[in-house]
Amino acid sequence: MRFDRNTFLTLAAMLVFGLILWQSEKFLGDYQIYIAKLIFINIILALSLNLIYGFTGLFSLGHAGFIAIGAYVAAICILPQAQKEMMWILEPIAWPASHIFTPFWVAVLGAGLFAGIFAFFIAVPVLKLGDDYLGMATLAFAEIIRVLIVNATPITNGSLGIKGIPNHSTLIVCYIWALFTLVILARLCYSNFGNILRCIRDNEIAASVMGINVFHYKVLSFCVGAFFAGIGGALLGSHLSTIDPKMFNFLLTFNVLMFVVTGGLGSLTGSILGATIITILLEWLRALEEPMNLGFIELPGIPGMRMVVFSVVLLAIILKRREGIMGTRELTWNRIFAFFSRHKA
Amino acid sequence: MNAANDKAGAILVAENVTMRFGGVTAVSDLSFALRKGAIGGVIGPNGAGKTTVFNVLSGFYTPQEGEITLLGKNIKGLQPYEICKMGMAPTFQNIRLSPQMTVLENIMVGCHVRRHGRWWSAALGLPGFYREERELQAKAAALAEKVNLDKQLGETAGSLPYGAQRRLEIARALATEPALLLLDEPAAGMNPQESIELMRFIGKIRDEFNLSILLIEHDMKVVMGVCEYIWVMEYGALIAEGLPDQVRNNPLVIRAYLGEDVITNA
Ligand SMILES: Nc1ncnc2c1ncn2[C@@H]1O[C@H](COP(=O)(O)OP(=O)(O)OP(=O)(O)O)[C@@H](O)[C@H]1O
Ligand SMILES: [Mg+2]
Repeated sequence: MRFDRNTFLTLAAMLVFGLILWQSEKFLGDYQIYIAKLIFINIILALSLNLIYGFTGLFSLGHAGFIAIGAYVAAICILPQAQKEMMWILEPIAWPASHIFTPFWVAVLGAGLFAGIFAFFIAVPVLKLGDDYLGMATLAFAEIIRVLIVNATPITNGSLGIKGIPNHSTLIVCYIWALFTLVILARLCYSNFGNILRCIRDNEIAASVMGINVFHYKVLSFCVGAFFAGIGGALLGSHLSTIDPKMFNFLLTFNVLMFVVTGGLGSLTGSILGATIITILLEWLRALEEPMNLGFIELPGIPGMRMVVFSVVLLAIILKRREGIMGTRELTWNRIFAFFSRHKA
Repeated sequence: MNAANDKAGAILVAENVTMRFGGVTAVSDLSFALRKGAIGGVIGPNGAGKTTVFNVLSGFYTPQEGEITLLGKNIKGLQPYEICKMGMAPTFQNIRLSPQMTVLENIMVGCHVRRHGRWWSAALGLPGFYREERELQAKAAALAEKVNLDKQLGETAGSLPYGAQRRLEIARALATEPALLLLDEPAAGMNPQESIELMRFIGKIRDEFNLSILLIEHDMKVVMGVCEYIWVMEYGALIAEGLPDQVRNNPLVIRAYLGEDVITNA
């Protein structure tokens, strides 16, 4: 790594931002901190899908499955044995799951590894199928994962889900994992390995005659993406403290997909912006579902209204600005300085 | 007799290669041998089967019959990326670059196959990774200079004019450190002046990089100047071969090309 101005600025910004977050309890309310944590978790999810879809061009709709695996693995790892034995009422909890008890960071890494390994077994048959079936096949696999979770009652507590997961996902912990994800993915995507992933996305045939084992790198991208989705899932479960199989349906994948598309396919900073903006927007739109008093008329709350408005906003974004906020560009220091010097002159 | 067609000193040998698509025999019983260091040409009218030969040699199709040998090793049935590793780099009839990536990044894609470090050294940011990354960048920049694109390193490939995209594709192929370049109609879509320049350029890089080159071309005039040996195909079969002058005056070749305005100086 060369230590130039931009590296210095990045490190400084990361540190300052971290310090601010560390002190955030002094000036942010509980609700704001709750949203801020969700933003960092969603950033992790968006970055991981961007690697798979934005950089490698694999239209995968299986993200909710990997998030679910991550959330369950981490929850089982951090729940104390006594609590688990009490909660598993349908069937007693089976052996390895009942005795595992790890620190949170081990649980998060384990969640990522589990999701990555699972992705590997999915990727090998699915990526052999060819890209046309990829969306369908990954969607089906995500559903299969959900069904497995419902039925593996001795490990997952079935459809009852898991409650009272210890909340280790503090704001600073979420921030650090988001940084970890960003740094690793930025190194991968903006090295020559990123170039070959983009070459595979743009022109698979050209990549293969340039000596690139296309299948190998597709599997790699898919598994690394799933690894980080698992990490995001682990944080999400601990953040929400309750998980059940219904949470990890297609809507979750759809949300993550929206972060990525809004931010720009193939732009890491775009994913960060997309996840931030849409998470806030979704929370903000929640007000629409509450009863409203406009003074002269009283409107009852309409459940689902927020998704309607949200979809309209998204349609507008897609029609107005196809490539998302950033396109394939990145928000870099050079760009920021260029922007300011242009506007000063 | 003809040094270019001698099997012993050959870099690429095709023996009795037949490729059928259902009822269509696109290539039938084709045999040839390209001598090390030579520039050979495969020509033929439209639909003669040239692109099929290209696809068979580069590993996209596996022929039903016959053998293909590159640098003494059988490559039939190998994947394109394996064949590239063994020393053959193709460019396509229709240019296949990543239009949004820069000139430098496109060339670096070609550098990948000779890279030693693995992906996790990038993810973990190991020191060896940064060193190798800088080496690849320098190598790609040097190649860009060889093809006169050193001024456009940061420009996107899609923004380059057609001729420059061709040279960029060749530079990317050179980045794989090939022993043999396989070019499918590199002059397609160029005017006569541009094709002459391209052929001169191809001759130059052969000398500079110690390459062997197999040119696949529709237009006979284009390859006459640069090829040392030519094979002529029609309806999937070899109908003539020889030195450029022999081929040009061969009545079979003239007949194959009749109706096309190629034969003017026969
Ligand atoms: N994948 C395929 N499936 C079926 N038929 C094919 C296929 N590829 C080529 N052919 C047939 O093989 C014959 C030779 O085609 P090919 O593209 O190799 O010719 P060509 O010499 O490259 O022509 P051109 O000068 O137009 O590029 C044609 O009749 C074509 O229809
Ligand atoms: Mg052709």
